[in-house]
Amino acid sequence: MTAHLTWNLVEDIRLLLQFPFMVNALRAGTIVAVVAGAIGYFMVLRRESFAGHTLALIGFPGAAGATWLGVNESLGFFGFCVAGALVIAMVPAGRSSERSAVIGTVQAFALACGLLFVSLYHGYLTGLNDLLFGTIIGISETQVLILLVAGALALAALAVIARPLLFASVDADVARARGVRVRLVGALFLLLLGVAAAGTSQVTGTLLVFALLVAPAATAVRLTANPLAGVTLSVVIAVLVTWLGEGVAYFSPYPIGFWVTTFAFAFFLLASGYRRFAC
Amino acid sequence: MTTVVETRDASVRRNGRTVWSGVDVTVHAGEFVAVLGPNGVGKSTFLQVVLGLIEPASGDVRVLGEAPGQANRRIGYLPQRHAFDAGTPVRGVDIVRLGWDGDRWGLPIPLRGAKSRAAKERVDEVVEMVGASAYAHRPIGQLSGGEQQRLLIAQALVRRPDLLLLDEPLDSLDVTNQASVSALIQQVCRSQGVAVLLVAHDVNPILPYLDRVLYLAHGGAVMGTPEEVITADTLTMLYGTPIDVLRDRTGRLVVVGQPDTHEHH
Repeated sequence: MTAHLTWNLVEDIRLLLQFPFMVNALRAGTIVAVVAGAIGYFMVLRRESFAGHTLALIGFPGAAGATWLGVNESLGFFGFCVAGALVIAMVPAGRSSERSAVIGTVQAFALACGLLFVSLYHGYLTGLNDLLFGTIIGISETQVLILLVAGALALAALAVIARPLLFASVDADVARARGVRVRLVGALFLLLLGVAAAGTSQVTGTLLVFALLVAPAATAVRLTANPLAGVTLSVVIAVLVTWLGEGVAYFSPYPIGFWVTTFAFAFFLLASGYRRFAC
Repeated sequence: MTTVVETRDASVRRNGRTVWSGVDVTVHAGEFVAVLGPNGVGKSTFLQVVLGLIEPASGDVRVLGEAPGQANRRIGYLPQRHAFDAGTPVRGVDIVRLGWDGDRWGLPIPLRGAKSRAAKERVDEVVEMVGASAYAHRPIGQLSGGEQQRLLIAQALVRRPDLLLLDEPLDSLDVTNQASVSALIQQVCRSQGVAVLLVAHDVNPILPYLDRVLYLAHGGAVMGTPEEVITADTLTMLYGTPIDVLRDRTGRLVVVGQPDTHEHH
């Protein structure tokens, strides 16, 4: 089902919003983009992209398992991602080689479990595709509500830990000497990252979460070294690429994951080019 | 004169081994004191005892009139460190600002209120004091080692501490920057009335700026003015290896033969 673009902005927006599924997709996309943009900024700052990617992949068996058991998919995503974050948080951050080995091992096992759950559930092919690469249809009112509550809680928690988190991320030694509980703050952040990854997975699919979790933040840090401006810019870019991606996906036969990722990548390229010429 | 740090017959044991013992130290307000000694003798450990991070095995330690760890909000501490990664997307002023309120939970609400303005003014003031205004708004990772060190000193100073603990702040700097950062620390010490304990493994770059030195060695510790302590006899005794102290043509002391001066370069 593909709508035709009229190139009349008002008319196109009316077409875009005529079906409830699209309104839900835009609501979910906006919530997820704000959360991913803000939390992704700190993830990039802390070089924890690998952990973020793994947390997103851990959501895959969660959602597949939930579908197989007939439970709400969102709960599967959030449950598994947060549990995965707790596991990763238990590995001491100081030994980074050990940490990435543990994360990689957990990631492989999570994918394998997801594959098992998908094959146990006989709705096989379409389900797998949507989980891995996202879908524009099928986001329910309940799912939007769950995303909203989880996102609001995650952002509130991020605001509470923002300053010690920034301190611990750029200079752990001095932060520790100033009384920041570096380990605790890092573990709390992983939980928030789990929430962000779980939410983003439900829009972009588990394999493409980085379109919203990494690309906007990576773009932002190329444009500003001011942390407050960086977070804001990261959120704005994430929301923009989500709206563009969902809008274009609606009018085109190609999937949402492709469009959101493509727009995010385009922003990243523009920012990289700008930095090369400006500096 | 107010006493900022005072130890009486203090000793520290780590992993069943005595690191140092019989250390008697008195540091007065506004004094610039270097903590010197061979590698592995426990110079950084001394700072950690002052911060209350390590308990002395025996003896008495008082810091700013209280037990160690009780007055840390009045202490600026700069741990031994490596330079910031070139890609760190944070400005010098942000690093200094983290020293002001980076350890606090929550956000400063409203973001542009009177409190934030006071913080910003104080940050600008210390950045100016360390002479970093020209580059404080550039990303910290793109600055030279000397520029980063100045901003880190500003960060340690931003809360108007009474005591500054600097662990090897000259370690990664070239000779010119070692001299200018030492001069800066002395000037801060004089103008702000803050006492400085600076750990160094090479005495020469800081020697002209010091008030007193604390030499730690496995046998014990000696504290006094550079003229009293930095003599061939005292150093030879502390290090257990022949060391000479010369005077250059301007009358400056130069220590020759310090076993660890060039060890890890």
